[in-house]
Amino acid sequence: MSEPLLTVERLNAFYGDAQALFDVDLTLARGELLALIGANGAGKSTLLKCLTGLVKNRTGTIRFKGEDLIPVPAFEITARGIALVPEGRRLFPSLSVEENLLLGGKVARPGAWSLEAIYDLFPILKEKRKSPSTLLSGGQQQMVAIGRGLMSNPDILLLDELSLGLAPVVIKDIYDLLPKIAGNGLSVILVEQDVSRALGVADRFMCMLEGKVKLEGRPDAFGREEITNAYFGT
Amino acid sequence: MEWINIIVQGILVGGLYALFATGLSLIFGVMRLVNIAHGDLIIAAAYLAYTVIQLTGLHPLASLVVVLPLSALFGYGLQLAVLNRTLDKGILPPLLVTFGLSIIIQNFLLETFSADSRRLNAGAIEISSFSLMPGLDIGYVPLLTFACAVAVVWGLQYLFYHSPMGRSFRAVSDDPEVSQLMGLNNRTVYAAAMALSMVVVAIAGVLLAIRSNFDPFMGPGRLIFGFEAVIIGGLGNLWGTLAGGVILGVAQAVGAQIDPGWQLLAGHIVFLLILAVRPQGLFPKGVA
Ligand SMILES: Nc1ncnc2c1ncn2[C@@H]1O[C@H](COP(=O)(O)OP(=O)(O)OP(=O)(O)O)[C@@H](O)[C@H]1O
Ligand SMILES: [Mg+2]
Repeated sequence: MSEPLLTVERLNAFYGDAQALFDVDLTLARGELLALIGANGAGKSTLLKCLTGLVKNRTGTIRFKGEDLIPVPAFEITARGIALVPEGRRLFPSLSVEENLLLGGKVARPGAWSLEAIYDLFPILKEKRKSPSTLLSGGQQQMVAIGRGLMSNPDILLLDELSLGLAPVVIKDIYDLLPKIAGNGLSVILVEQDVSRALGVADRFMCMLEGKVKLEGRPDAFGREEITNAYFGT
Repeated sequence: MEWINIIVQGILVGGLYALFATGLSLIFGVMRLVNIAHGDLIIAAAYLAYTVIQLTGLHPLASLVVVLPLSALFGYGLQLAVLNRTLDKGILPPLLVTFGLSIIIQNFLLETFSADSRRLNAGAIEISSFSLMPGLDIGYVPLLTFACAVAVVWGLQYLFYHSPMGRSFRAVSDDPEVSQLMGLNNRTVYAAAMALSMVVVAIAGVLLAIRSNFDPFMGPGRLIFGFEAVIIGGLGNLWGTLAGGVILGVAQAVGAQIDPGWQLLAGHIVFLLILAVRPQGLFPKGVA
């Protein structure tokens, strides 16, 4: 078997004196969809921020396509091929929808995603392309955030809290599009509160608790109770 | 007629205040840095032009060809070497460091050029004017200054809202964490903004030095005018800043007419009134 796209070993992360991650290991293969689940404060967002260089206070190794990412500054991560759709979407409020997308494509790696392709995926965004991103509904904002992430044509898309705060119909729409988004060999790490939905689409999952990996494997390899116990630490 | 003349002259002076203000407003908008040395940088640019003219014999306006790029370069370097280190550490460090910078610049200018006041000699244009109607003469230099202010505001506004660089400025200002994931190195974006601010500073400095005498200690006063114009106009709106400069200029002109000693006082009073009634300024940032 060839080397995984991403290999994380013994990753520890700190906020000041407080340690948020403890010896986290993770691998991700090309085209794989990994669901990352865990209770509030488990360290899911911290893990994604370590991968993108936003949390710099960390030890361990992060190997991506054979290169060590630890010394790479956050502003070079997208060019390497990792894009983050951050928790809470974090669109740029003073930019229009289209400007948000264009900025996501500032680091234009070769690939299928372009402004037109994003508008094909989310036609409503084309209608709203001149609007300030703040005037959009939550679901539309999430579409912009996903589009902004895709615009750089990443190898890995990190989706933090894909469905949080969205209406059920909107969540269903976005999940229906997930196969299209994750097509073309894109690898995805999906952080999700809605565990059963995440496990339904994932090739593999990882459950975290208090900064540590508690359970890891294929969703069908474990019973519901086992996963619940890992989730709540009971 | 007399009052129309006074108001028109006030408006034209307001253009200069707007030029003092836009650089300040730009830097605050992009990186939330209040540059206490802003006025001193304006005066330093005037001295730089003075030196360039001494060395080359260029006309003051032509000296901008040298002064603008040097100022921009200095701003870029200053941001990378000094000011970037003060950001992300709360509101106090940038204030203290730029305050220190203000003192350093004043003393450097004093040591190098003495306390004597200087002036840039722009020749006949300085005293030429044309008559709009009887009793209303417009000087070419004040008119040029105002035209520069409008051009600078229009240019910056265009750059901010219609160019990739402006998009970067807004993104970094909105969310300096996520902006990095767009491939933006915040530090060089800040440096570019400071370079741009210094271009406006240099224009303001040269125009100031053509219109009036200057000495090493004039900076803080220009900072106050610029600051007042920004607040009157409302933060984050450059056209508002131009309006703020104009209001300040008119207030001073009207004050001076009532009693020569009231010129500055009238400006400060209008500033305080607006601050009390509309703390967000007259034209705060709307939805772009
Ligand atoms: N900026 C920060 N400063 C200090 N501590 C932080 C910071 N961000 C997160 N933490 C702490 O790190 C731990 C992990 O937080 P993290 O946000 O990674 O969890 P999470 O799994 O994403 O949770 P959630 O489901 O609420 O998003 C928590 O204990 C949290 O309090
Ligand atoms: Mg989180």
